Parts: sequence; C-alpha cells; structure tokens
Amino acid sequence: MGQVIAFWVFAVAIIGAALGVVLLKNVFRAAVLLVACFFGVAGIFILLSADFLAAMQILIYIGAISILVILAIMLTREVAFGSPSNKFQIPAFIIAALFCTGVIWAILNTQWQISSVAPGATTTSGLGVKLFSKDGFILPVEILPTVLLATILGAIVLVKDRKK
Amino acid sequence: MTIGLEHYLVLSAILFSIGLYGALAKHNAIVILMSIEIMLSAVNIALIAFSRFIVPAELTGQIFALFAMAVAAAETAVGLAIIISIYRNKETIDANKIDLMKW
Amino acid sequence: MQNNFVWLIFLLPFLSFLVISLFLKPLFKDKPKLAGYVTIAAVAASFILSVVVLFKLLGAADHKLIVPEINWVIIENGVTIHLGLMIDSLTGIMLMVVTTVSLMVQIYSQGYMKDDPGYHRYYAAMSLFTTAMLGLVMADSLLLAFMFWEMVGLCSYLLIGFWFHKPSAANAAKKAFIVTRIGDFGFLAAIIFLYAHTGTFDIATLQNMAVSGMLAGSVLTWAAIGIFAGAVGKSAQFPLHVWLPDAMEGPTPVSALIHAATMAAAGVFLVARTYPLFEHSATALHTVAIVGGFTAIFAASIALVQNDIKRVLAYSTISQLGYMMLGLATGGVAVGIFHLFNHAFFKALLFLGAGSINHATQTFDMREMGGLRKAMPKTYITFLIAATSLAGIWPLSGFWSKDAILSQALDKQPIIFVLVLITVFMTAFYMFRVIFLTFGGTYRGKEHHLHESFSVMTIPLMVLTVLAVGSGFFNLNGGFSSFFGAGETHSILEGLFGIFKEPLPWISLLLAGSGIFLAYAIYSRKWISAESLGKMFKPLYQLFYHKYWVDELYEGIIVKKILMGGLFKAAHFFDTKVIDGGINTFMIQKVIVKNFFAGLFAFDRKGVDGAVNGVAGTTLAAGKTIRKAQTGQLQFYGLIIGLGVIALIVSVFIFSRV
Repeated sequence: MGQVIAFWVFAVAIIGAALGVVLLKNVFRAAVLLVACFFGVAGIFILLSADFLAAMQILIYIGAISILVILAIMLTREVAFGSPSNKFQIPAFIIAALFCTGVIWAILNTQWQISSVAPGATTTSGLGVKLFSKDGFILPVEILPTVLLATILGAIVLVKDRKK
Repeated sequence: MTIGLEHYLVLSAILFSIGLYGALAKHNAIVILMSIEIMLSAVNIALIAFSRFIVPAELTGQIFALFAMAVAAAETAVGLAIIISIYRNKETIDANKIDLMKW
Repeated sequence: MQNNFVWLIFLLPFLSFLVISLFLKPLFKDKPKLAGYVTIAAVAASFILSVVVLFKLLGAADHKLIVPEINWVIIENGVTIHLGLMIDSLTGIMLMVVTTVSLMVQIYSQGYMKDDPGYHRYYAAMSLFTTAMLGLVMADSLLLAFMFWEMVGLCSYLLIGFWFHKPSAANAAKKAFIVTRIGDFGFLAAIIFLYAHTGTFDIATLQNMAVSGMLAGSVLTWAAIGIFAGAVGKSAQFPLHVWLPDAMEGPTPVSALIHAATMAAAGVFLVARTYPLFEHSATALHTVAIVGGFTAIFAASIALVQNDIKRVLAYSTISQLGYMMLGLATGGVAVGIFHLFNHAFFKALLFLGAGSINHATQTFDMREMGGLRKAMPKTYITFLIAATSLAGIWPLSGFWSKDAILSQALDKQPIIFVLVLITVFMTAFYMFRVIFLTFGGTYRGKEHHLHESFSVMTIPLMVLTVLAVGSGFFNLNGGFSSFFGAGETHSILEGLFGIFKEPLPWISLLLAGSGIFLAYAIYSRKWISAESLGKMFKPLYQLFYHKYWVDELYEGIIVKKILMGGLFKAAHFFDTKVIDGGINTFMIQKVIVKNFFAGLFAFDRKGVDGAVNGVAGTTLAAGKTIRKAQTGQLQFYGLIIGLGVIALIVSVFIFSRV
C-alpha cells in the first residue's frame, strides 16, 4: 500500500513539475522545477527497485545537467526574455496529445509478458558484473568514453572565444 | 490496487508528451533543451519499468538507461555549448529567429 | 615475423602526415619546403619497401605473403576484429602503382604548388591519402577496407576543395563526397549483409566460401551488387559518374594521383579483390560488364566535345575505368588489373602534362592554347607518348591491355564488344583532338610568356613516360597474367608480334588510326571545319556537349522537383492546408500534376530542343515557390517528425492486428 501511495505522489509531482517547466514564463523557475521533476523520476526509479540508477539520476541529472542549464541561463542573460510560446503552439499541442493518446492506447492494448521473478535487493553489483564482464557490455562501455571525449572537445571548441 | 507495468508506461507516455509539446512550442532554446531532458527521463522510466517487470533478473533495461543517461549528459553539454555560441554571434536564443538552414 | 616490415609501407606516409600537421606546420611555418621533403622521403621509403614486397611475392609460393596480424577488438562470445594485411599478387601490383605514381606526383607538386599558401596542408593531405590508399589495397578484412575506403573519400574531399575559397571548388568537393556516399552506402550494406550471413569480415574466408559454394544464390548476388555499388561510386561509373569531372577543380597533381591513377581505380580494385564473389554469380558479372561497357562509350562520347583539357581527361578516365570493369567482368582479375596498371601511368602522365601546360598558359581552356609544341618540347613529347598509349597504338602499353579486354569481350559479351570497339575510335579521336588543339597550330591565348616548366616538374613526366611506354611489356611473355595465376608464359618475341596473327588487333589499330587521322584532318589541316561538323550533327553535338543532361537531370528534376518540389512542397501544403483546415485535392493537383509532370514535360521538350536555358529558367521559377517550405525552423521540422511518428504508431497497430 505504501508503494501505491508513493507512486501516485511521485507521478503527480513529476507531471506537475514537468507542466511547470513547459508552461511557466520565468525560465529560472522552470529550471528549478526541472530539478524537482528529476527528483520525482529518481523516486520512481527507487520504486522500480533500480537503486543504482536512482543515485545516478540524482548525480547526473540534478548534479550536472540542471546546474549546466542554470549556468547557461545565467550566461545568456535571457531570464527577462522569458519562455513564450511560438506560432506552433496549437499544432504542437495537437501532435503531443495525439502522440500521448496513441501510445497509451498501444500500451493498454498490448499483452505484456510480465515475469513473476522478484527483483534483487540491490542492483549495483549485478550491473557492475554485466557492464564489465567479457560476455557483457564491455564494448559499449569502451565506446562511451570516446563519445564523451568527443563531446568535451566539441563543447570546448564551440564555446571558445575566437576573437582573441 | 497494485501498481503494474502499465501505470509506469502511461506515466512515461504522459511525461514524454509534455516534453514533446515543450520542445515544439517554445521560443527559448534553453527551454527546448530542458523539454528534451524531460523526454529522455520519460524514456528512462519506460526502460527501467520494462527491466523491472519483464526481465527482472537480466537488468538489461537498466544498462540501457545508464547509457541513455551518459549520452543525455553529452547531448546537454554540446547543446548548451551550441546555444551559447549562437547567443554570442546573434545575441538571441530565440529558436524561431535561428533559421540559418533556411533555403 | 620477418614480414613485419610490410606494416611500414602505409605507416610511413602516416608518420609523415603526423609530422607535417603536428610538428612542421606549427613550428616551421616559414620553411614550407620541409613538408614536401618529408612526404617525398616517406613515399620513397614506401616505394622501396613495395619493391621488396613485389620481389618476395614473385618468389613466394602461390604469390602470397603471410604478415603477422594484430588483434584489435576481441569480445568473447561476440565480435572479433583483426587488423591484418593481405599480401598477394593483386596487392603487390597495386602497391607498385600507388607508390610509384604517388612519388612522382609528390615530386612534381614541389614545382606545381610552389608558393601556394596552403603548402603544408597540401602535403599533409597527400600523405594521408597515400596512407589510406596503401591501407586499402593491403586490408585483409572488408571492415578495414571500408575504413580506408572512407579515408580516401575524405582526403579526396579535402583535396578537391583545396582552394575552398573558390565556390566552384567547394561545391565540387561537396558533390564528390555526396555522390560517392550513395555508392558507399551500398558497400556498407553489402558488408553488413555478408557479416549477417557468414559471421566474418575476412576477405580470404569470404573468397573461399564463394569458391566452395557455401555462399551462393541470391545472397551472393546481392552482396556482390552491393560491393559493386560502392565501386560504381568511387570509380565514377554511370550513373554516379557526375562527381569526377567536377573534381577537376582541385589542384592538377591531385587529379593525377587521386582522380585518375589511384582512388578512382579503387572501385576496380575492390571488385578485383572480391572477385570470387562476382565470379560465382552470373547476374553480378553481367551487371559489371554492362555498366562498364556502357560507361566506356558514354563517357568517351562526352569527351569528344569538351573544351576544358582536364574535363576531356576526366571523361577519358571514366571511360577507361569502364574498360577495366568490363575487363574484370569478361576476362578476370589479370585482364582488368593489367589495364588499371597501364592506365595509372599514362593517365597520371597526361594529367601532369596538363598541369604543366596550365603552368605556362594559366588556363585549362583548349580554345586559348595552341602552338605549345615549340615552347614546351618536353611536355609535348611526353604528352604525345601518353596520348598514343591511351589511344592504343602498338607497341605502347595501352595497346596490350586494351587488346586483351577487347578479345575477352568478343568471347563473352559480343554486343558490348561492338560498343567498346567504337570507343576505341572515339578515344583516339579525342586524345589527338587535344594534342592538335593544344600543341599544334598557333597560340590563340592572351599575350603571355610561354615557357617550359621547372625540371622538378618535367623529370617526373619523363619517368612516367618510360613507364607509359614500358608497362605493357610486363605481359609480353605472359608474366603479368601468370602472376595472377592465369595463362602460361611464352617467349617475348611471340608476345610482341604473335598478336598480329589474329584479326582483332588489326581492326582496333585501324579504328584508332582512323580516329587519329580524323582529328588530324579536322583540327590540324582543317580539311573539315569543326563548326560545320558540329552543325551537321547538331543534336548529337548538343547531347554530348551537355553531357546527356545528367547533371541537369539530377539537380533539376530529382533534387529540385521531386525532393524539394514534390515532397517538401507537399509538406508545406500539408502544414498550411491540412493543419489550418484545407483541402487535399488542391495539393495533389498543384504539386504532383503541375510541378512534377510539367517538370518532366519541360525537361523532355527542352532536352530534345537542346535549350538548356529553359531548364534553368523553370528550375529558378520552381525554386522560388518551393523554398518557402524550407523555413529553416527546427521546430517546424520537429512537428513533421512528430506527425511521422504518430503515423508509424497507428500503422504498426493497424497492420499488426491483421
């Protein structure tokens, strides 16, 4: 029962925060609500017994991405510009609504093959074994640093001040 | 009442649609980027829900979500770098005024 | 372990690339000459090592060398990728071609690129290109070959666009990259397809599978056609030939090395490398023969009327590459590669000669040349010999390989044989048209001091002349063919004169001779006026002159009308009419009927009438209305993507129920 209550609390919080991000006029407030939304998602992860990912969600999304976004807002000094909607407001709403209906309809009309196995108490060691073992995901794990390195270099090159 | 896979998936779909609306209907490029982050989070919820309910012992969905997070972090870094460099050159982050790909 | 030195062949130019870009460029800015010396030294070392490899191959059993390989990516229960080299007779020959031509071109460039501000960049890119090309010919797996394949494409892009401040060069570079990409997609698809079916990238294993019949039927045919698509892109075969003539915007030594001797021939090499896959699929072999034969005559006919000397040579290259494809399809590896081997030398020589002419006259337009024979005797002699060789006159190298292809084609593809026989005539005609227009008569250009080029440029010309004369003699005793395991050796005299026992060489010599005579009559003696001839055959002349309107077809019809006019405009109307509550019929009537069919009709009418201005006019007019769909606003594009996703979801659910 506790889980059910927790799910609804988190779900309402996430959707409320996400709506705030999209609809609020003040960009800075939107960014703060984004943090709240990410916290809610981390809570959902815990409910799904993905403890490691919940920690990662807080570290990466809240610790890094949100801070980066807030920093960018300050750097571009665009808080005053706000977050108005553009001329695609109505078509975008129609498309988002259609998409939502379509996907929910698809979800409810699919026979999911639910497994009855109980999830493990902790996932960290399991994930570690999966990621780094030879018959696991070692190749993607090795490719990912290359992607991140390219990102770092790309970001530096992009924001480097060329006028000097 | 128990919370099943469908609940999580519907939550994910709603969250994704909110993000989609934000990404399509906003002027401010940073808000667009934040909307995209919301969409990515929604996908992660779906992946982990699948992992939890369909292959609980395998953890593959969680690994996928982990990679999605890493790539999302990379995407944000590059996206914000692009926005900042556009802001420097054009003094605006209005996505509707950035139409260099026109014609 | 004694064969480890083979790795150095392509690592040395790579080292030179690193040294130039990381060390010489930042630190020795004021001494650009150093970059050239480093490149020449590295390529010369590669050349010497290649000679060693060739001699080792001649001595080795089966003409194969085993080189220790390196394990690159190993995942147990998963993919294992080796970095390995495959050294056989084909590799040996290609190594000789690439290193020799590259060495000559690098030396020549010292003169040609003198005082160019991008000297470092030029030599860095040339080193990288040599690396990639040598890697491509030695790669033992399709995956590795594909990596080097893309690297050559990149270097080609960088070097075509070397003078990127000229819009024409920048556009030509983009065009070359995008057009070859279409073919590369086929190659990549074939690699993945083969991997999915066999679980290996290894070329030798795939060859064995094809020979033993483990790989057969439609799988083999599709894989072979995919690989051939890659070859069509790189070797500029019809219908992806449009990039090569434009690629002439690059520096002339680049054209000589990349777009004549090596990279353009990479497609031919690729087909030769995976030849067992083609050999066991009649469909694939027929495709290669038809595309090759058709391209040969198609490109030769365009070359007849071009006024830009480099464009004549470019179309001639396309035509000769078609010959090689035909040779591969009908006569096997030895015949096709023999022509590649000979062609590399004389065509590189022709391009370098054209560069030398340009150095003196500052133009590539043959209407502004003439009478250069006296001013540039060395260039004249070398160019004449190369042209004679290309025209296929006994006993120069072009004769031998062309004759081999012709006789094989007569056996296996009699219809295509007739086409390429006509091409022999055309080839002789257009080459001697170039000679008479450029070197004969009197100088027609602006007042200019005509002079012979530096000796650093003429010496490579002379070395290549020796090869253009002599490379054909390697097969006099059948040595070249037997190196590839085909045919047996015989005496040299038998090879030199025995060929005249057959009627075919007489026919081809007669045709080539009459081509030369016709060029002489029109452009040197002026017995027949070129203008009146042009008027007499006006439709044909227009057809050739406008290159069969293929460029206009691609740009005007496919890109502008179908993609932009049809699809994008439909998207635009979809937005304005459907979302704002409009009607569909209007869209169908206006976009499809009016634009598309009207476009086709206009193309037809204009094409037949030969008024190319009309096409440009309609294109412009269409462009004005069409471009409104390209708002440049990402969110509009995102909206359309969203619509597409919804359509996908709906259709998946509708059709999965049925």
